[in-house]
Amino acid sequence: MASEVNTDFLHNKKLDSIAADILRPVGITQGFIVWMGFLGISLMACIYAYYIQWDKGLIVTGLRDYISWGMYIANFVFFVATSLVGMLISSVLGLIGFKWVKPIARIAEIIAVAFAAIAGLVIVSDMGRPERLPYVFMYGRIQSPIIWDVTVVTTYLVISTLLYFLPMIPDLAISKGRIGHTPKWLQKTYQILSVNWNHTPKQYKILLKAVRIMLILIIPTAFAIHTVTSWLFAVTLRPGWDSSIFGPYFLTGAFVAGSAAVVIMMYFVRTNYKLDKYLTEHHFDMMGKLLVLVSIVYLYFNINEYLVPGYKMKTAEAIHLNDLFVGEWAFMFWSVQLLGLVIPILLLLFKFFRKPFPMFVISIVVLIAAWFKRLIIVVPTQDHPFLPIQHVPKAWMVYQPTVVESAITIGTLLLVVIIITVLVKFFPVIPIWEMAEEQNEIDSKSKE
Amino acid sequence: MSHNSNSAGHQHSNRDEDNVNSRRAFFKNAGLFSAVTVAGGAAIYSGYKYEESKAGHDMVKVLTSDNRIVEVPRDEIKDVKVDADQLRKQGREGLKGHRFVMVIDLAKCRNARKCITACQGAHHLRPYEYHINTLVMQESEHTAPYFMPKPCQHCDNPPCVAVCPVDATFKRQDGIVLIDNERCIGCRFCIAACPYSARLFHWEEPLMAESDKGKPYNIELNVPQRKGTISKCLFSSDRLREGKLPYCVSACPNGVYYFGDENQDAVTNGTTKETFRLSELLKVNAGYQLMPELGTKPRVYYLPPKNRLFEFKEEKNPVQETT
Repeated sequence: MASEVNTDFLHNKKLDSIAADILRPVGITQGFIVWMGFLGISLMACIYAYYIQWDKGLIVTGLRDYISWGMYIANFVFFVATSLVGMLISSVLGLIGFKWVKPIARIAEIIAVAFAAIAGLVIVSDMGRPERLPYVFMYGRIQSPIIWDVTVVTTYLVISTLLYFLPMIPDLAISKGRIGHTPKWLQKTYQILSVNWNHTPKQYKILLKAVRIMLILIIPTAFAIHTVTSWLFAVTLRPGWDSSIFGPYFLTGAFVAGSAAVVIMMYFVRTNYKLDKYLTEHHFDMMGKLLVLVSIVYLYFNINEYLVPGYKMKTAEAIHLNDLFVGEWAFMFWSVQLLGLVIPILLLLFKFFRKPFPMFVISIVVLIAAWFKRLIIVVPTQDHPFLPIQHVPKAWMVYQPTVVESAITIGTLLLVVIIITVLVKFFPVIPIWEMAEEQNEIDSKSKE
Repeated sequence: MSHNSNSAGHQHSNRDEDNVNSRRAFFKNAGLFSAVTVAGGAAIYSGYKYEESKAGHDMVKVLTSDNRIVEVPRDEIKDVKVDADQLRKQGREGLKGHRFVMVIDLAKCRNARKCITACQGAHHLRPYEYHINTLVMQESEHTAPYFMPKPCQHCDNPPCVAVCPVDATFKRQDGIVLIDNERCIGCRFCIAACPYSARLFHWEEPLMAESDKGKPYNIELNVPQRKGTISKCLFSSDRLREGKLPYCVSACPNGVYYFGDENQDAVTNGTTKETFRLSELLKVNAGYQLMPELGTKPRVYYLPPKNRLFEFKEEKNPVQETT
């Protein structure tokens, strides 16, 4: 991001066509109503499932005393992981100066905001006493990693929201006169949110400075949220969790999940809103290379995480690893490692697979594998505590997720999709002014 | 030599002077003392007279909570209302001056499971909800299996307490780790952190939720139990407050349990009621702790399962058969 903005682009003829392209899908369309109706009704069913859990207690889940963290915690880790991509794309790549991330940055921030916002709800779904959530703030003990997690996730959500909103202010000002086809209240919202922006160079200067500070601040925050999330496991003594590389292991895994989520959303935006002029094959190609890079780094940490204890086979670790490699969890473990990591790396090395549609398919597989990967990190460790599980009902010895539990988990995913849909349909999903500015640069260069 | 006698003479003359000084001081102090005595005595007397006029000075002997017998006027005795606040306060503080400790003799455990039922009865638990559970253990393929009762180890470095986000589970001055189910948010981080699997969670309404409704919550008994919160072994701290042995210890028919105070270096066998020196018992029998390599510093000691005079008979899972 340049420190100076040449506001000439406001007078460039191309601005109108760029704004028209990007604002065309904004507003309430029939498709939007049908889609939201579908999401809404499905969500009602999931809320009913949560009501059942609220009423009867966590007995309605497959969790019991020995495997007491399951799908909900895995889902929480997945949510925090996926939200990290906001930091990777806008911050790390943006600050380094990669121009191609410009049209993708807002998509990445939408994913960051949506997943981080719902991550908090996911953790509440796991609580035995959700009405006591305020106790965390009233009686919080600084020694507990949960307090660290609450603090940093909240901070990350705030900074991500700012990183979504601040760069959009000029867009809202550009857009407010151009969205005549949308409802009055939305135009009013644009009016309010654009905070009297009138494109003075001074305003741009302040904006760029603010965004830059946020972009720097979000890096340690993002590192903190996923490292602390990994510590929820790593601070315990259990084989499979008792690992000193859990922080970077989680962090690098997060970038894989997040990059896949960004590609999926890019594909939807590109095809549904006919924005292939802005989300070009080049962007998919670059995202493909990014996905390969983060996957290789994650593979490296996977090898460390499993090979080193696997070489030693200490008694307790050995039981756990046998379960993963050749035992009960072997099918899921190898599916996740191959489909979610090894095969995508190999395929994405070829240019053909970095085209939009193959990328879309691969990313869906990677994202699903990423969810199950979290389940594999959370559950199998608890199957074999240090002391044997004895004299309890058979159902207590294995984790069998229930319908209610699955519905609640699906509900949280629906909420994410709802947030993403609303943000995409009500606000410009690609930065108009940055696209126009880029166009202006190209134009002035070609004139010379 | 001369140096010595010199110094002795010096001391002598000093003593004379001191005597004069102290004599003078004595008279001065005595005067002051008698004045204070008269004034104080008058005050006490008038106070006494006032008390006497108020009511007859009928004294009663009472036992204080720190086991002293004292006398107080009968009319000054007030009933202590044991309400939830009082119970929580005393429960969080613990019993001053004690460091409770348990010794479990594995050579004597025949899996009678009386400890378990007594515990579950006292704490209103279901047959498969354990504060204490007897496990079948076998160290390796060729070593003999044995029964191992496993309560909470009441670690001195408790991983569960460290991770609790809201101070619901805590370590008391007498070494006991308790849980406050009115504070617990049900995150189950403590379950994840405990290497001894000593904690249970109320996944549904507890067994006696209906009949316990409205009872003041006793943190030392963890009754009423609550849905969505943790429960765990409490070393029967309600019984310890009354000077009794824990429920499990008293219920054992086989003399497996010793319970006592590390500060007094004494433990009492729950079955025979014999008292032993803790250090001696551990030394003679090669006592050990469970997984001390984890650094948790347990307060429960085990005596090895040697010289057993009975046959090892593994029964079918009593719970699986019934549920």
